[in-house]
Amino acid sequence: MAEGITPSQTVGPFIKYGLTPNGQYDWNDAFTNNLITSDVSGDRIRVEGRVFDGEGQPVPDCMLEIWQADAQGRFSDPQDKRALPNSSFKGFGRCGTDADGHYSFDTIKPGVVPDPDGKPQAPHILLAVFGRGMLVQLYTRIYFGGEGGNDSDPVLALVPADRRATLIAAREAGSGNTVYRLDIRLQGDNETVFFDI
Amino acid sequence: MVRDGARRLLTMREDQQEVSMTFTYPVTSNAAHPASLSPGYKSSVLRAPMKPLIPMRHTLTELTGPVYGHETVREHDNDLTIQHKSEPLGERIIVHGHVQDEDGRGVPNVLVELWQANACGRYIHVRDQHPAPLDPNFTGAGRTQSDASGYYKFITIKPGAYPWGNHHNAWRPAHIHFSVFGHAFISRLVTQMYFPGDPLFPFDPIFNAVTDEKARMRMVSAFDLESTQPEWALAYRFNIVLRGRNATPMENN
Repeated sequence: MAEGITPSQTVGPFIKYGLTPNGQYDWNDAFTNNLITSDVSGDRIRVEGRVFDGEGQPVPDCMLEIWQADAQGRFSDPQDKRALPNSSFKGFGRCGTDADGHYSFDTIKPGVVPDPDGKPQAPHILLAVFGRGMLVQLYTRIYFGGEGGNDSDPVLALVPADRRATLIAAREAGSGNTVYRLDIRLQGDNETVFFDI
Repeated sequence: MVRDGARRLLTMREDQQEVSMTFTYPVTSNAAHPASLSPGYKSSVLRAPMKPLIPMRHTLTELTGPVYGHETVREHDNDLTIQHKSEPLGERIIVHGHVQDEDGRGVPNVLVELWQANACGRYIHVRDQHPAPLDPNFTGAGRTQSDASGYYKFITIKPGAYPWGNHHNAWRPAHIHFSVFGHAFISRLVTQMYFPGDPLFPFDPIFNAVTDEKARMRMVSAFDLESTQPEWALAYRFNIVLRGRNATPMENN
């Protein structure tokens, strides 16, 4: 029996060359912000936005990580015992914010995943936010605007109605892959809802 | 409050027996972490949420996590001293340890990433302007995978302390950044490994943002004479304990 977990510490200001070098440093990326594999089915989407601090300033040194099911609602993890995914889609992505706080992920829209009671959850992506000044990562969810299941989603129902919009990415009109936009506000007006999980 | 009641089965081989395990992730374990807002660490002031986090039950989304094959890690990615033409300057060290869950059970085959300053306390990051030399033979980034029993090992250079602008005469204790994946996305951990007996400990607001002393000391590696390689490198042991507890072990056969 361990005495307790190892505490979290900030990723600090110099995370980029270690975890998101993205061609700028002499090190290779273990992961990127493009989750799409050639064999995956589902709607190809881009999720993008910006990260802001408590004064509304963009946060240029964040790392965002996402974890999601495939379009059939299955996770690429053998611990999900329901069914195996039928593609090489991993469901995990990592992105550093740029100088203006921008992030983006190219992925597929996830399917429906049951909650512990077997009730359907609306399509969602789990997002972890790391950054300088952040002593522990923050977890939030990305839901999709215009999705009928949002109204009956058991997790969204836990969120005060006037804050739910901070979790729902707005679908943007345009050609090509559908773009969903969601800004992350670490603090202040319209502070993003973060979960105690 | 039953927030961590959500469970799922994991089948793994152990001692030739198939054991089905149920993992839970008590939220109470997070008490070891620092608070998001720790005013002594100035950068936390505008980046910590002010509204309370919203509790929820764990669903499959929270209870699963990415799984990697060996393709993510190349053969020598765990040796930061052989990534360039020559060896980096500084004190060569072995950093190794055991990735465990809250039961002390090894967490096998998980990705462990690290990054650090060089022996002079300088990062290659473009934003590090500390007037200490860069080392052309040291990038300061590595990764490895824990083995079937949860053990990992790196060879690197002991990083130097370095100044930062948090307050007058602020210096970070020497540390190595670690990023670790566990059984679930909510056992994801980013932390810093420190070296035993560092005189800067009492003055560092990041280290001391972990308010419980026992928890804080879990971030401090142990000097390990037994694993020290004679005539070659000192060793430090850093065990990493991730969230995840085996609730109801059951034997299938």
